[in-house]
Amino acid sequence: MKRAIALLLLSGLALSGCSDKPQNLNRAKNWDAPAYSGAAKAYMAAGWTAGDKASWEQQMRTRNQRQNDYSR
Amino acid sequence: MARMKFLCDAERCIECNGCVTACKAEHNVPWGVNRRRVVTLNDGVAGEKSMSVSCMHCSDAPCMAVCPVDCFYRTDEGVVLHDKDICIGCGYCSYACPFGAPQFPSNGTFGLRGKMDKCTFCAGGPEENGSAAEFEKYGRNRLAEGKLPACAEMCSTKALLGGDGDVVADIFRTRAITRGKGSEVWGWGTAYGKPTQGESKKAAAPEGGKS
Repeated sequence: MKRAIALLLLSGLALSGCSDKPQNLNRAKNWDAPAYSGAAKAYMAAGWTAGDKASWEQQMRTRNQRQNDYSR
Repeated sequence: MARMKFLCDAERCIECNGCVTACKAEHNVPWGVNRRRVVTLNDGVAGEKSMSVSCMHCSDAPCMAVCPVDCFYRTDEGVVLHDKDICIGCGYCSYACPFGAPQFPSNGTFGLRGKMDKCTFCAGGPEENGSAAEFEKYGRNRLAEGKLPACAEMCSTKALLGGDGDVVADIFRTRAITRGKGSEVWGWGTAYGKPTQGESKKAAAPEGGKS
């Protein structure tokens, strides 16, 4: 009985390591998803296609011109 | 596409603090943290100038250079962001930043200094774009929604420009030319002085005594 309890405790101790989150700092740089990949649909601005980089860049340029008094 | 940049036109800024309010509201920024603020020079004196300041997303960011845990990264659009899961809140970035952009919220009962918080150019963080986790840590990801930063988009006088650096430069150049100014407003002339300034100094040196 004692051996079984000891074995159970030991296996519990050994398994506790499995829930540890990795704490290393060598994550690859720029792990963020690109902005042109889009976000939640409810808040997306109309006029461009999520996932299409060229379309997103055009959307940014068009949107930027709203800040230009001389093109309005 | 060029890098994303902010530019504040001091001739237009009226110190309304609308950009500050827009930023706080858009990202649910906690008390005591101002990702953006308006700085006024010669306040109260005729001809005072105001300017909206936040993280300028430097091309060679000193915060990135000094971070001991390397939590900063730069997106393809040149936006400087950081990972709050890695940040230890040491404050080195705050000493390195010439704009005072890094902010530290007070957390918990004893007001412990929390993880660094700063302007994200409305580009969120490393979490999934538009997710609840991203909003909670970094605020809205407007770039992924096809929008530009809230502060620049809602600026009533359009003093604060934000977006593609080339487009922003074009807009400002048109303004400066319309005001009757030329290349002295930006570029080489501003950074290094006019060629004539150097000549006049040289001419004045023999008469002026000590240099």
